[in-house]
Amino acid sequence: MTKTLKFFTAFTLTMLLLTLFFGMIAAFAFLYPELYNRYLPFYQLRPMHVSAALFWIISGAATGLLFFKKNVFGTKENTSDKVFVWIWVTTILAIFGFYSFKKFGGREYWEFPPFLCLPIFIAWIFLMNSFFSGWKKSFKNPPLYVWMWATGLIFFLLTFTEQNLYQIPWFRQSFLREMTIQWKSNGAMVGAWNQMIYGTSLYIMSRLLGDGSIARSKKAYIFYFIGVVNLMINWGHHIYNLPATSFVRHLAYAISMTEWIVFIAICIDFKSKISQARKYRYLYTHRFIMHAEFWAYLNLGLALMMSIPAINRYTHGTHITVAHAMGATIGINTMILLGSLGYILKIDRLPAFNKKILNIGFITVAISLLVFWGALVVAGLLKGYREVWLGMTNFQQMMKPVLTTLHVFAFAGIFLFVGMFTIIWNYFVAIKYWKLEKPFIKELAAKHQEKSTMMEVE
Amino acid sequence: MLLTFLFFGCYSGIVYLFCDNKPDAPDAAAQRGWKVWQEKNCQSCHQFYGLGGYMGPDLTNVASQKGTSYMRGIIEHGTGKMPDFHLSNNEVNDVIAFLSWVDKSGKSQVADSSVHWTGTYIISHK
Repeated sequence: MTKTLKFFTAFTLTMLLLTLFFGMIAAFAFLYPELYNRYLPFYQLRPMHVSAALFWIISGAATGLLFFKKNVFGTKENTSDKVFVWIWVTTILAIFGFYSFKKFGGREYWEFPPFLCLPIFIAWIFLMNSFFSGWKKSFKNPPLYVWMWATGLIFFLLTFTEQNLYQIPWFRQSFLREMTIQWKSNGAMVGAWNQMIYGTSLYIMSRLLGDGSIARSKKAYIFYFIGVVNLMINWGHHIYNLPATSFVRHLAYAISMTEWIVFIAICIDFKSKISQARKYRYLYTHRFIMHAEFWAYLNLGLALMMSIPAINRYTHGTHITVAHAMGATIGINTMILLGSLGYILKIDRLPAFNKKILNIGFITVAISLLVFWGALVVAGLLKGYREVWLGMTNFQQMMKPVLTTLHVFAFAGIFLFVGMFTIIWNYFVAIKYWKLEKPFIKELAAKHQEKSTMMEVE
Repeated sequence: MLLTFLFFGCYSGIVYLFCDNKPDAPDAAAQRGWKVWQEKNCQSCHQFYGLGGYMGPDLTNVASQKGTSYMRGIIEHGTGKMPDFHLSNNEVNDVIAFLSWVDKSGKSQVADSSVHWTGTYIISHK
């Protein structure tokens, strides 16, 4: 691992820590705005939380690409990698600087001043250059994860450009058009980074299980195809209630329903996945990825329900949408990325003492995330019932029982932060001792007066 | 893969051109109000068509439901939960013009009668 990559991994993990930290404070600012409005209002905390989350996920996906391309393509770190890292990191620091002075761009997800999109765009070009030049030099018939990484890279660039089209006056001549395109680009962008992250998950699983055929099977390609079609079209479920032309809504509904195929396949595979999880439970990398599978199951079930417009009518604009977003970003993406970074950092080679702490962190996160998610679903159901079913129009009255439920969510958030902090702390230990083979690991183990238990991952 | 991107390009073009058949352009005041809305990051607490933050109410139809004086009072002074952004008189007028323009685009709530038996919505365009 090079110095640049070590630095970038540490930066990426810091983003995760900041996500949880700002999220934890923002939850209480949401519940008690009067206490926060003077110094750290919610409208300032939310962009900090959202941007940190966004950059944790995208940077995490990029870290995987930068590291694994060495194994897959046999290429070394090049200038493009370094330029990408430095532009990317500097821009993100600038974004947080602008937030601290309350300078916003006011777009969902991308709440920073829009000119900062330019360096992000340029940095991405360098990342793409690094990836595709590596691919060009190596093989012609790549496994599926290479296609998935490429799809994610290209679609991110396209959708990122698309979400900036509002700068052109024509796109702002219609509010419905502007809203449609905003959600088209954001919805598809989530699909783009999911392609990159799922590609990484497929790569690691094929390495851990020593079975390269899973990245070349027909079934994997069918799922990839369903994923790409959904990426391009199913964003329409975000804007079902927007009175735009009906074809957007009907097509999105039809395409969203193809995900039942994936859902049923997960159910059928459930038994074999459980036995596989038992077999490899000593490997933390594997545990994180299997935990993501559990969340994929839970979240896909929720997403499928929300994709039916008649049900979406009750869930849209409620905390069920937040539950879906948290389930996807923490339950699925973060778990896969922790698995991916854990594989890179060889966390399974850490001494027993560190693994014990890692285990406590993992269990804390697993339980608190479930409570956190459940509280959001209940809060969403309450709002949907009161607003749509009972027809309440007084917002404060409507939100009363919702806010009570959100206290459970906020306290679960504290445990989530503590659990994740425990995990991240061990990852930082692993960064410090990375590449140092047995004698050094023993030295680290001796520090904790524990015997080192070496796990040969590869 | 090339076909995929070709399809994506064509579908995007169709969406851009035909998603709104009766576009209603904002006037200069509404455009300025939109800018204020973004600079003050209002969407972190409020929604349009159920999209945005969850702290405050959805403001898609606030203009027709609550009226100008109600909007002015809240925007000028804030509430216990919403901070006072110290906007100038012109900025307050611009935000009201923006919210009134958004209101004309449609209704945020889908009526019972718009739910089709297949589960989808049949919404008459504006």
